[in-house]
Amino acid sequence: MKHTNKNILWKWKMLSLASVLLLWFILSLIPRTSRSFPFLNEVLPSIALMIQRGVLWKDISSSMIAILIGFALGFVSAIPVAFIMAWYTPVRNIIEPWIQFIRNIPALAYVPLIVISAGVGRRSQIIVIWLACFMTMSITIYQGIKSIDVTLVKAARVLGANDFDIFRKITVPATTPFIITAIRLGLSVALTTLIASESTGAIAGMGMRIRSLSNTFETAPMLMYIISIGIIGLLFSKIVDFLERRFTGWQEKIEA
Amino acid sequence: MAGENRGIKLKIQNVSKNYDARNAKVTALNQVDLEIRENEFVCVIGPSGCGKSTLLNIIAGLIEPSQGKVFLDGEEIKGTGKERGVVFQQYALFPWLTVLENVKFGLKLQRLPDKEATEIAMRYIKSVDLEDFVNAYPKELSGGMKQRVAIARAYAVNPEVLLLDEPFGALDAQTRAQLQTELLNTWQTEKKTCFFITHDVDEAILLASRIIIMSARPGRIKQILDVDIPYPRTQETKNSAKFLEMKAEIWNEVYEEYLAVIK
Repeated sequence: MKHTNKNILWKWKMLSLASVLLLWFILSLIPRTSRSFPFLNEVLPSIALMIQRGVLWKDISSSMIAILIGFALGFVSAIPVAFIMAWYTPVRNIIEPWIQFIRNIPALAYVPLIVISAGVGRRSQIIVIWLACFMTMSITIYQGIKSIDVTLVKAARVLGANDFDIFRKITVPATTPFIITAIRLGLSVALTTLIASESTGAIAGMGMRIRSLSNTFETAPMLMYIISIGIIGLLFSKIVDFLERRFTGWQEKIEA
Repeated sequence: MAGENRGIKLKIQNVSKNYDARNAKVTALNQVDLEIRENEFVCVIGPSGCGKSTLLNIIAGLIEPSQGKVFLDGEEIKGTGKERGVVFQQYALFPWLTVLENVKFGLKLQRLPDKEATEIAMRYIKSVDLEDFVNAYPKELSGGMKQRVAIARAYAVNPEVLLLDEPFGALDAQTRAQLQTELLNTWQTEKKTCFFITHDVDEAILLASRIIIMSARPGRIKQILDVDIPYPRTQETKNSAKFLEMKAEIWNEVYEEYLAVIK
């Protein structure tokens, strides 16, 4: 039974891929859209072209370094802030409205301000990604801590748990699903912010390369870079799926 | 059978609890005095909002009374303590722990060696017939099974008093009847002082040696009734003349309070 389900799912995935390829192929034939959407026969060779120019690996690694450092800083700073907000109402009352306020401003808007202060290059890229990740993750984790079922805390107390036990044995596991959701959102925010963070004066990076290729109308390598960003996003979400299965398999899920 | 001269296990002395609601003070409990003897099975019955859960939480040490004191074996209680176990209506199992780990939770907190904790936990898991589910997570269990785990978890730390807050309230009629019988059997073999909250008159008479009827807001003790139906009791006890007679009597008392709430 399970096997057939998997088989059917796999068939749907293939069908989905085929339809997108077909759509892409049609777009590559229509004169109006053909320049924006060159088909695979042009996009695939552009991988070799960019390697030849010596930029592909440099761009990917530069972007990944910015994303991973920015994300890691965001994660490490979001956790304590989330706990402090959940435990101390005055702190929350002061900080939370501002996190909500800044979170809704697209990073692209404030990148120039950060570049003016932090200078051109990786440092400001990391700061931008850090900020965006921090906003999203601190709010998500905070909401997770707030939503802990008080009955579980009571149940632990009557079994003899002290404050430290409650933190270690209730708060941490109960918050884990939210921390994983925060990681998912954070990685996605990091990727979308990346392009904004590379908009001003980057020397390498996937976002910077897309911009520079657009100046020379090289749409095939551009599309290749765009698809690569998508693939990286997909890999991130697979990693988070794995973490989710590994650490929160106990969760009750609504089966579709 | 133990007589009336058993020691006083729990003494509730002049306990009141006030809450600050939006723009008024609500009195949840008003000067409650109660003595519960060792190994007694006391059921508290009353309409919702009569403060019965508040009273249980105060005895558990989860809420502090606004006034009055609670004594266990003559000593005033301060906060929670493992000598007072609680079974909640919403089961309150830790969803990230297996059945075994849930039952072991309190034992591990006492720094018991793992092997010993497992042994004790397994004994109680077996007593509630869940040995096939030791490694299952709560999400894989039915409501009745979850509550069995919660009862095993409460028993495992060997409390002197068991506080049960409408433990079978969310279960269907068959499961409820089954768990009532199981609880009675456990109480017969492993005597503990039970303080059981319910709003089901049948359940109260079937289980209790004494029934406490509470009145609606502010919560006060309205009446205390001895149930002189001998143990062991079974579901058939519900058909006995004595049972039906008590049921009619209690219904009248409780019904009055329900009407007061509706008004």
